[in-house]
Amino acid sequence: MFRLSALHDRRSMMKAAGGLAGLVALDALFPGWAAIGSAGAATGAGVLSGDHIRLDIGHGHFGLGGRQVHAITANGTVPGPLLRLKEGQHVRLTVANALDEDTSIHWHGLLVPFQYDGVPGISFPGIAPGQAFDYHFPVRQAGTYWYHSHSGMQEGMGLYGPIIIDPAGPDPVAFDREHVILLSDWSSLHPHALLRRLKQQGGYFNRQKQTLAGLLAGRDQTLGERIQWGGMRMDPTDISDVTGATYRYLVNGHDSAGNWTGLFEPGERVRLRIINGSAMTNFNVRLPGLAMTVVQADGQDVEPVETDEFQIAVAETYDVIVRPEEARAYSFIAEAIDRSGLCRATLAPRLGMAGPMVPLRERPLLGMRDMGMGAHVAQGHGAAHGGHAPSADASHGGMKMRDKALAPPGVKMGPGVATLSPAPADRVGDRPTGLEQAGHRVLTYADLRALVPVPGRRAPERELEVHLTANMERYMWSFDGVKLSENPEPLAFRHGERARVTLINDTMMPHPIHLHGHFFELVNGAGERQPRKHSVNVLPGGRLSFDFTADAPGDWAFHCHMLLHMHAGMFRVVTVRHDGHGHGEAPA
Amino acid sequence: MSRAWMLALPPLLAAAPPALAQEDHSVHGGHESHDGHAGHGAPAQPFGSAPSPAPSPPADHAADAWFDPAAMAAARAVLRKESGGMGASMLMIDRLEWRPARGANGYAWEVEGWAGGDIDRLAFKSKGEGVSGARPEQAEVQAGWSHALDPWFNLRLGVRQDLRPRPMRTQAVLAVEGLAPYWFEVEGEAFVSHKGEVTARAEASYDQRITQSLILQPAAELNLSAQHMPELDTGAGLTSIELGLRLRYEVVREFAPYVGLHWERKLGETARLHRAKGEDPDSLRLVAGVRFWF
Repeated sequence: MFRLSALHDRRSMMKAAGGLAGLVALDALFPGWAAIGSAGAATGAGVLSGDHIRLDIGHGHFGLGGRQVHAITANGTVPGPLLRLKEGQHVRLTVANALDEDTSIHWHGLLVPFQYDGVPGISFPGIAPGQAFDYHFPVRQAGTYWYHSHSGMQEGMGLYGPIIIDPAGPDPVAFDREHVILLSDWSSLHPHALLRRLKQQGGYFNRQKQTLAGLLAGRDQTLGERIQWGGMRMDPTDISDVTGATYRYLVNGHDSAGNWTGLFEPGERVRLRIINGSAMTNFNVRLPGLAMTVVQADGQDVEPVETDEFQIAVAETYDVIVRPEEARAYSFIAEAIDRSGLCRATLAPRLGMAGPMVPLRERPLLGMRDMGMGAHVAQGHGAAHGGHAPSADASHGGMKMRDKALAPPGVKMGPGVATLSPAPADRVGDRPTGLEQAGHRVLTYADLRALVPVPGRRAPERELEVHLTANMERYMWSFDGVKLSENPEPLAFRHGERARVTLINDTMMPHPIHLHGHFFELVNGAGERQPRKHSVNVLPGGRLSFDFTADAPGDWAFHCHMLLHMHAGMFRVVTVRHDGHGHGEAPA
Repeated sequence: MSRAWMLALPPLLAAAPPALAQEDHSVHGGHESHDGHAGHGAPAQPFGSAPSPAPSPPADHAADAWFDPAAMAAARAVLRKESGGMGASMLMIDRLEWRPARGANGYAWEVEGWAGGDIDRLAFKSKGEGVSGARPEQAEVQAGWSHALDPWFNLRLGVRQDLRPRPMRTQAVLAVEGLAPYWFEVEGEAFVSHKGEVTARAEASYDQRITQSLILQPAAELNLSAQHMPELDTGAGLTSIELGLRLRYEVVREFAPYVGLHWERKLGETARLHRAKGEDPDSLRLVAGVRFWF
């Protein structure tokens, strides 16, 4: 059903290049693929390929809202250059640090030897000011990925960029043109300042709380529901920590007014390689008037599945095919899931067009399933609007939301654990937060099926549970109630071991959990076609399992990819060792 | 240096499995029986009767074999600190208010601050009130250690120095403060003075959000004394009650002017002592002030 052709339409690219010339001066601070009026992501300025690639990390600026804002840049731009690699090649990546602080680059989703994974304190010591570090690795995969700093919250200050790896053989996805769409969030506040404000006041950035005015106007929860939730000290509007109150949302470094524009010719199959490089923002993505066919998730090909909207968590990537038939501007809408802001970009047949702006949709409310009562409450009840009257089970929820007697043995019930999900549902087939009631098709994880059966798949030999735990009031985030700063033991796996990891979200926020160095397969009912991912969004109050083969020896990072959650301690080291052996040491 | 790593690379790569490239599927394609438990909510049955035990975590660090172990140890310390070990601080001037009245305008302040980690913090507090043009009638400063007891409540141990009224008292403080169900901010403090006097204070407040920026805050304070303290015009038992209602507008989260009402009444023996001095034990004031924090 897919043409085995990945050729780009060279004529249209040439045509577009003419129109582009006038914009070059204006747009000089963006790499070519991220410039307004990009003809495509194939080649050109800002695309780096070959066996040796150099990234220079330094202070820089980029244009936003008519001003130049300070950022930490790779090769002088935000986003950084597009790395275009080829499956099967060997690459040497030199990262040189011109900052006055340490830096690092992590190749997100790439299967690399652990010492080139780029996490200071786990894979290597980091890159000191004035130093350079050579990463060497064979490129063992194809697809859409990204890179970002793993140091000093620099990924919240602009240090990220896309990676495309072209397959060694024919691409199973046919397309005439491709665009990279790198989503991000930008605050004029330093990430440290964001974290400080949240430690001082957990709801600091939430400007969409429930109010008395709303109650009188009949909006949001009823009085009874508000009292009930208040009794549990839980806020149904607590969807995102950092919001449009400070963030501007960007596509390829441009906000809505900047209107990043990707060109197409009517009838073309346009591949959008969508990457969420945000620090803290999950987005709902849609192109009003265009159906999207999802063909890849986290760089791994999936059976084509058509949808109208999907949610992309921080660190995830989705490749979709769209086929705009009319010679008009189409909007690409990335809306923050708490509906505090959005970014509109444009797909257009020529420069100077803008897709129609859409209003922000109503802010959703969390419901009983998000509170971990999911096993008692079907989706749609209580979600999305108003939270509905809780079930009998939940009516003494005030007691049950943190029942120490029911605390799992591995979870430390300290001040960092405000709630435990009493009955977490498997939410892999649920529509994600806020899209429960959307009047069109919405992608769920249960819709993802690997294009080819997963190699090496076998039944897991062991299961472990990891609880995602938090206290929003103190802004504490952890796994199993223990922060990385408390020096917990690493999660240990035998080399070659097949394990099932079940993530239980004891919080009311979605968490994009990322395992370094491995792909895992979502246990989503697809059997041998369970999709492979490197990052997975665990819905509030829910559970999600993945299977993986611990096939990459070494120490690896395992963390929530919400930057401030990671920074607050939601992080573990995963270690993969040969049975009974240390790493390069005698048996213990 | 990188060349040295390259020399060391082959053993590691040899240990890695064959490429996971997507083309590899042909080797494995569909050989496996369908895992019937892979569906939604699948329990942990696939492991058969004897799931393998978890390996014990290694004592070493993989990267120490590749890089200077001292540099790795330093990087690990930084990573731990930056993953939950960062401190923070806050100084909240909760009330800085003017209480206009015929004859003598009053003023009052309430300030709290903290610095430290998630669990243990240095805590600071000051409150007082007076009449403009004169020394404060009451002024106290507290410093101590605050420790998180559970997700919502802190224990605070410290010292309170009363600067006014005279004669001054130095007191030990034991306090519990936090966020009660239904979003009430509550605080209970017990004091023992250097003369052995025991007193206590309880406070509660609630922020009712009218809009995102307009907030109505009812607040209450109750003071108690275990003994008669005539030199401080204080009797035994309940000594005073304060009720407040303040409407603030958060221009930004950190800065909010407010207006409100403040009612205060001395109680019991304390009221009698005040009356004897010709003071009204009862007062109702309009207040205007500002709340701000860093």
